[in-house]
Amino acid sequence: MGYQIKEKIVRFTVYLILTVGAVFVLLPFFWMLSTSLKIPSEIASMPPKWIPSKFMWENYKIAWNAAPFARYFFNSFYVAIACTFLELITSALGAYAFAKMDFFGKNVLFIIFLGTMMIPGEVLLIPNYITIIQLGWVDTYKALIIPWVVSVFGIFLMRQFFLTIPKELHDAAKIDGCSRFRFLWQIIIPLSKPVLITAALFKFVGSWNAFLWVLIVTNTPEMRTVPVGLSFFSSDVGTDYHLLMAASTLALMPILILFFFLQKQFIQGITRSGLKG
Amino acid sequence: MNIPTKYQKKSFWIETFWAYMYLLPAFIILGVFVFYPVVKSFIMSFYNWDLIGTKTYVGLENYKELFKDKVFLKAIINTSYFVFVSVPITMCLSLFIAILLNTNIRARSWYRLAFFIPWITSPVAATMVWKWIFNYNNYGLLNYFLLKLTHLINWFAYIFTLGGVENWLSFSPINWLNNPSLTIPNLILLSVWKMMGYNIVIFLAGLQNVPTELYEAAEVDGASRWQKFRHITLPLISPTTFFISIISMIGAFKIFTQVFVLYSGTPGLDNSGMTMVFYVYDKAFGEWRMGYASAGAYVLFFIIFIFTLIQMQISKKRVHYS
Repeated sequence: MGYQIKEKIVRFTVYLILTVGAVFVLLPFFWMLSTSLKIPSEIASMPPKWIPSKFMWENYKIAWNAAPFARYFFNSFYVAIACTFLELITSALGAYAFAKMDFFGKNVLFIIFLGTMMIPGEVLLIPNYITIIQLGWVDTYKALIIPWVVSVFGIFLMRQFFLTIPKELHDAAKIDGCSRFRFLWQIIIPLSKPVLITAALFKFVGSWNAFLWVLIVTNTPEMRTVPVGLSFFSSDVGTDYHLLMAASTLALMPILILFFFLQKQFIQGITRSGLKG
Repeated sequence: MNIPTKYQKKSFWIETFWAYMYLLPAFIILGVFVFYPVVKSFIMSFYNWDLIGTKTYVGLENYKELFKDKVFLKAIINTSYFVFVSVPITMCLSLFIAILLNTNIRARSWYRLAFFIPWITSPVAATMVWKWIFNYNNYGLLNYFLLKLTHLINWFAYIFTLGGVENWLSFSPINWLNNPSLTIPNLILLSVWKMMGYNIVIFLAGLQNVPTELYEAAEVDGASRWQKFRHITLPLISPTTFFISIISMIGAFKIFTQVFVLYSGTPGLDNSGMTMVFYVYDKAFGEWRMGYASAGAYVLFFIIFIFTLIQMQISKKRVHYS
């Protein structure tokens, strides 16, 4: 067999495996979307109907109104945006210190910071819950935001990126009378766009999807976020799968849209920072 | 220049001051919500406390009780079963996909996005869909697929035996969610599906750092695909593999949401999906036994710690940093 024919067969196989794999991975989403648009009698049809005979867009309206989803979405957005924004600030400051400054105890401190990544959040769950009670923060946004505004992972990710920015740039800026803070704000930050987007997306997604902590520190529907609201909704509507799937689709949309537009920068941030190991 | 002058010494301490100012916000939050609770949780594990009444010191009683509790032992076994099956499967599959994606193909970013989508979806929404896929009452997607697969196999058997074998296999729908022995496999399936995308992206980043000249040189020497993979790719991406294995393992040990949602707030039939975090959650926020639950959380911490150390030891021998 000629080299070229062999190469063509290999390429075909690669496409085939990837396509079949991608189809299987996406199938649950397609199934969710399709179910969310079905009339109840079609949900249980056998063989399964992939395309509903009639698109019931009303399902979304019914699901949306069956629980305070508007409130859940507001909470999720508010918490995720606040967490992300504050985390970017704390991480950039911390990462700058670790990457570009020389100070007493730097290495020890860095190891201690990294060490916290190994601690399972569940060990912290109970004492943190007690702290939240003592601070009187149960059922407030503060409880949902403040414990999460620092991410050691974010500091690490940004530090790796900041390290790649040449020292000469700093020296030149210093000679020109540029202060440390201005250097960080006006030179490093604009250069670090991909890694900032990566860190922001990690935080946003983590915050949007957070479940256990929200479940514990909120006890009124007004304070629930989308995932927790969704889990309560599921026990309320039971086996109304068309409504459940409509609500689940809604819950996924913001993240999907965000990723669709930012995936290039996100991947770039991962590749160019130290995350490759 | 190497001897610090008075000025340089002074500037070092000024820099130290500013560095700590930059680290201050992170310090305060980590102090209150990480450093302090780590210690507090440890101390609490020696007490009995229901959050309202008085704390009583009980020494190691909580730990003793934990290891006498069959449910806790089951939680350890279930969690380990889940971790040590799901992590290797996810890693092998995602490395395979990443290698395919790293070949010269079109629409790479679309494939990557497709595999990545499960990872960014909320575990609650994703598990909800899987609950529907696992459904038993004749219309679950998984059962439907297995039924179709059976038909297909039967059809092939029929063709190959020239009509000699009819209905070689038969399939009756499986009650996925009500069979205790299937609870962990269900969670593994769900988790492989969900976690693959993240690993693929990280593996791809690692693969892109392998210099192509090495492959070209190997090709000149007549190396096969497998040899190239075994002797070039695998050693050169070992830091990535190490990173992924640690992150995946720590993540897998903490499985909770999937069980909670898949089994509607219960740990499955006969505690078949009881995981360590579920146990801690249940003892703390179901029975309000804060000290006892803290002890459970610390055992989990200890187990993760031991396995991380083991992995680090292995990595010393196996990971090649260039």
